[in-house]
Amino acid sequence: MAVDAKVREKYKSEVKPIWCPGCGDFGVLTATFMALGALNLPPEQVVIVSGIGCSGRFPGFTTCYGFHSLHGRTMPVALGVKAANPDLTVIAVGGDGDTLAIGGNHFMHACRRNINLTYLLLDNNLYALTKGQASPTSFPTQVTDSTPFGSYEADVEPCALAILFGATFVAREFSARAKKTAEIIVQAIEHPGFSLVHILSPCVTFFDTYDLYKQKIAELPEGYDPTDLYGAVRTATDPERKWVGVLYRGHRPTFEEMIPKIRQKAEEKLGPGDLQAMLDRRRV
Amino acid sequence: MPVNEFTIRVGGDTLEGGIIRTGEFLAHALARCGLEIFTFRTYPAEIKGGQAMIQVRTAEYPVYSHGDEADILICFDEESWEVHRDEFRYDGVLIHDSKFEPKGVPGTATVYGIPFSEIAKIRLRNPMAKNMTILGSFSALFGLPPSVFEGLIESYWAGRPHIVQSNLTALKAGYEEAKKLEKKDPFWVEPRPMRDRLILSGNEAICYGAVAAGCKVFAGYPITPSSDILEWMMTHLPRFGGTPLQVEDEISAIGAVLGASFAGAKAMTATSGPGFSLMTEFISHAAMAEIPCVILNNQRAGPSTGMPTKTEQSDLYQAVYGGHGDVPRIVLAPSTVQGCFYVTVHAFNLAERCQLPVIILGDQALAHRTETILPIDLNSLIIINRDVYRGDGAEDGYRRYRLTETGVSPMAIPGGPGAYSAEGLEHNEEGHPNWDQENHMTMTQKRFRKLELALRYEEDYPGFQGYRWYGPERADVGVIVWGSTAGAVREATYLAEKEGLSVAALHMSTLYPLHREVVRRFILSMGRVLLPELNYTGQFAHLVRGETGLDVVSYNRVTGVPFKVREILDAIRDLAREAVAAR
Ligand SMILES: Cc1ncc(C[n+]2csc(CCOP(=O)(O)OP(=O)(O)O)c2C)c(N)n1
Ligand code: SF4
Repeated sequence: MAVDAKVREKYKSEVKPIWCPGCGDFGVLTATFMALGALNLPPEQVVIVSGIGCSGRFPGFTTCYGFHSLHGRTMPVALGVKAANPDLTVIAVGGDGDTLAIGGNHFMHACRRNINLTYLLLDNNLYALTKGQASPTSFPTQVTDSTPFGSYEADVEPCALAILFGATFVAREFSARAKKTAEIIVQAIEHPGFSLVHILSPCVTFFDTYDLYKQKIAELPEGYDPTDLYGAVRTATDPERKWVGVLYRGHRPTFEEMIPKIRQKAEEKLGPGDLQAMLDRRRV
Repeated sequence: MPVNEFTIRVGGDTLEGGIIRTGEFLAHALARCGLEIFTFRTYPAEIKGGQAMIQVRTAEYPVYSHGDEADILICFDEESWEVHRDEFRYDGVLIHDSKFEPKGVPGTATVYGIPFSEIAKIRLRNPMAKNMTILGSFSALFGLPPSVFEGLIESYWAGRPHIVQSNLTALKAGYEEAKKLEKKDPFWVEPRPMRDRLILSGNEAICYGAVAAGCKVFAGYPITPSSDILEWMMTHLPRFGGTPLQVEDEISAIGAVLGASFAGAKAMTATSGPGFSLMTEFISHAAMAEIPCVILNNQRAGPSTGMPTKTEQSDLYQAVYGGHGDVPRIVLAPSTVQGCFYVTVHAFNLAERCQLPVIILGDQALAHRTETILPIDLNSLIIINRDVYRGDGAEDGYRRYRLTETGVSPMAIPGGPGAYSAEGLEHNEEGHPNWDQENHMTMTQKRFRKLELALRYEEDYPGFQGYRWYGPERADVGVIVWGSTAGAVREATYLAEKEGLSVAALHMSTLYPLHREVVRRFILSMGRVLLPELNYTGQFAHLVRGETGLDVVSYNRVTGVPFKVREILDAIRDLAREAVAAR
């Protein structure tokens, strides 16, 4: 996937990222530029929908269309964008709190709808924008400003959840590996259906996990079968390793494929819409 | 006038069934006799069974309210008599199934006991057809030609000849049974030439209005009394090239509406109070990011889950003031079924023109009642589309939130030129986050300037009336009214005038932004001003007082049912006495 720097420039906005130097999110932004460049997508054909968090500022740093929505609400907005214009390439960007806490319900239903979009989950294991509270992916023993004595709850594993909720492409990467991340994003965009890319994206300011993840990640072994759903769930939840690569790949009709099918069925049963005729039929 | 002018109420248990259909057939039949109709219905709160009621009011002139009491009461069972006897006219007609003997019927009333159950169950072995026997008897007793009911049965069950036949048999049996009775009451139907009318419910009119306005995406979540809009959209919107969505909650519904509108489609959602509460954060966002959208809130009664099948006008505060920050929005309220259609069209037009969230405040009573309305000619509608940026003009480059005189800036649409980020953070003209002191001030002013544009909509679209002033320029009593209460007010002021009282009414369709000067002038021109509304806290009265600095007399009721004409008339009489005394 050769990318020349000029093509990448096409996606970079004049707004300079406000992230802390060293923030994992820079790696994801670079990877996204590389992926868009590799696919040669015109910026005006791409819509980046984000939630609220450090990660939420993502769209403004690109020259694509953006929708900086509300905390947790990327999926409803992305669904609406796709309902209005299924031809657009939609990328959603959410933090771990955004996606799995306040937006958990939407996340589940977006997976099951199999909307053809790419979800970049920027996981830093805490709430960063609000300055360091526990999130659903914080480790149970992790001490944060809101869990000074550890947490009451167990953490959740987003890839396993997505697979079981019905996502058809689930991958994991590490933001420090920008090029690998870009390759995965390309596959995710090309995949027809809901694609989750779970990106370990450390927050250097509140919980620096670079060293931890450098030790913990491992590339999926040769011969790994991403079509084995339960195998993928086991791999995703492996307590020893954070496996990176495409964990799961399945096939189901997408939301966008269903739109014309439903229209066709409605027309077959009831005929094409003619409002004046409908009104006239309501005559006394 | 007992000829062609009366109110019929039909009551019974939903377990037995057929009650609402009896009323609907009556309404259609009367309309086919050239009369105007207005129906009102209440549903049981029970999950299974319970008393349902439908009331049909008819007259040769347009009717605006459901009628205070039943001239003709049809009771399927004993309990329905007990439930409705208090709203039965003392010299009215009671028609009941003779399987029970109603107790305490006033001696002045006419009573016809007819063995409907026996005819249907035993003679015809078709218990489902009890309502058809009732219609047959109605036909015999009041002169409504049976051929009208026959025609309705044939078209309703077209293509199912067995059902048509068994219902025609039941109709005839009921007719013949009632023919044996001696007619003792004065009510009578005198068919007139057919008028060109449609019969629609409020919710149906809203669906048609949305499609007429160009709605392409609808998103909703089931909730009484708006679920039938979701169902209609899921069934019909695809036929118009649209995409309806049943989503996981109301937050998702409004989020999808905003996403769709951002991507260039006209979009709407429909809900009731609880769902509307969930939407407020996104409504605030729509105002900030300047995304056109239409939100229908069919109000039901009470806080929390309240009384889901009952009506109220108590979400006005939430519609006008809900949402965090300074949120410009437009709030419209239809008051008739016809209004439901046109207000929905205007709601889309205003949303597109001003790039604002537009909230339609309907209510349960209006949502599910039916009326005869004038035919709708789609060609006569003016449809407004948003100002789209197409890559032209703007030598200094495209700015999504460009400061303009009206406050409206051309909108770029994904797929086309002008890529920008729809931003919920305070932003500058380019849409880049910006928290400078002056910028927040300037951008807030820009967003609120669009409300002035909204108030000028009437000038450019003469068909729309954001308010209507009925009656004289000056009067002893003025009535300010909004939403479905307007019907009862219209009839009450008519009756008050006939009594020789000096009265005028101001009917508001645009609740927010308020036509402040008109309301001020109205209040200052009247001796006393009454503001009746179906809420406890006097919500519109507060808005009016706050916006005009003038006082009105609040009249509030929260019984779950609409005002009666008589209640409003009494209040007008009281105020008229005070006004005359103070003159
Ligand atoms: C409804 C609502 N509740 C709370 C907040 C405050 N808030 C802003 S960002 C955030 C959490 C951010 O954490 P995460 O989603 O993990 O993103 P990150 O900042 O780590 O990228 C919260 C709670 C908000 N903006 N909206
Ligand atoms: S606070 Fe953490 S997540 Fe936010 S920009 Fe800084 S390093 Fe990144």
